[in-house]
Amino acid sequence: MTYLAKSPWIIHYDASSCNGCDIEVLASLTPMYDVERFGIINTGNPKHADIFVVTGSINEQNREVVKNIYDQMPHPNVVVAVGICACSGGVFRECYNVAGGIDKVIPVDVYVPGCACRPESIIDGIVTALGILEGKRTKMVLDADKKEHHRHAGLHPEHIPKSGGAQ
Amino acid sequence: MINIVWAIVFVLVAPLIGGLIAGIDRKITAHMQGRVGPSIFQSFWDVGKLFEKENAVVNETQHYYAICYVVFMAFTGALFFAGGNLLLVIFALTLAGIFLVLGAYSANSPYSYIGAERELLQIMAYEPMVILAAVGLYVATGSFNVNDIAASTSPVILLIPGLFLGFLYVLTIKLRKSPFDISTSHHAHQEIVKGVTTEFSGPSLAWIEISHWYETVFLLGFVYLFFGFNPLLGVIAVVVVYLLEIFIDNTNARVTWQLAVKSSWLIAAVVGFVNLAALYILFGGHV
Repeated sequence: MTYLAKSPWIIHYDASSCNGCDIEVLASLTPMYDVERFGIINTGNPKHADIFVVTGSINEQNREVVKNIYDQMPHPNVVVAVGICACSGGVFRECYNVAGGIDKVIPVDVYVPGCACRPESIIDGIVTALGILEGKRTKMVLDADKKEHHRHAGLHPEHIPKSGGAQ
Repeated sequence: MINIVWAIVFVLVAPLIGGLIAGIDRKITAHMQGRVGPSIFQSFWDVGKLFEKENAVVNETQHYYAICYVVFMAFTGALFFAGGNLLLVIFALTLAGIFLVLGAYSANSPYSYIGAERELLQIMAYEPMVILAAVGLYVATGSFNVNDIAASTSPVILLIPGLFLGFLYVLTIKLRKSPFDISTSHHAHQEIVKGVTTEFSGPSLAWIEISHWYETVFLLGFVYLFFGFNPLLGVIAVVVVYLLEIFIDNTNARVTWQLAVKSSWLIAAVVGFVNLAALYILFGGHV
């Protein structure tokens, strides 16, 4: 186990959610569930975060915002879509202004269904995300090693084959 | 005069002690809020994690400033624990703080800028009191050298209680505790994202965290100087002072920067000057 799994820092973004799931995300931080005992901190800064927790669906207003936050997060990182709206658009998916789930804009690693989802299932989703985070870390190290190896062999970076998913 | 062994011991051991203090701090804070809280080794795992992350720097100089911050903070503490000149120690401390401000200014981000400006205001707020405390220690013990002050049998705390109280006041600023955590804080949310550390990520942020551990140990060493005549009392005082800081942190809301600057200057001007003036009137400057 790496240190990543022991200290996952979260950034939480409310993308046109009804606030039901947001309240459940905040409930996880209360003394009742106290996610800080697993080292989980709600940072509020994408540059410090490892896990991007999004609630609610994508619309034209927040499409750029979600992408911007995701792009600012240093690797390795994972995305957790919390609530049915974040997973697929939920009851709003037919609306004229809703594009659908978060995976329309950025790659999602863990889907946590529910309306609103319970704090237990949010915590379960984060723990699942930790396994994926470690896999991404391993892949990142392998890619870096391979790049270094090829650089010594005199190959152009563009010709280096990417390693497969090591999850 | 300067003991190089203590300097090396500080550089190697201080991060371990500082990290453990930060972990215990979080545990006690959690218990105060009715939570279980993380392990006391959580701070080490956090820093370990940050070193595993990608170092996404925004320009060429930013990481260099973070490294300078940790180097000069380690130098400050090393000079202090080696028994060096207290005034030089304070100058090195300020220099380290300035590198953090430069690092924050080097990124083109409004949150980082406001954080850097507030950090400068904090330096303005605590600096007069820290220098007055050094002057007070000189008047009480007759030396600016840390090893002479620590070895002095003069009952320092009885001679300069006002300066000690003033130092406690600015210690809250230095330890980044509420109500003076205006440039950045260890708590989750605040109004300027993360202030000075907003644009630092991965290993750069890890180095800043390690500097903070060095700083904590150095500042607690400074508190010890006021009780140097009785080592047991000194250690008890250090523990009580830190517990008091945790208590203040958990019971106060953040103040505005205006109040932070005004109140620390007022405290320095009132208790600091009155205390020094009383010493001169009573003892004529030679205790």
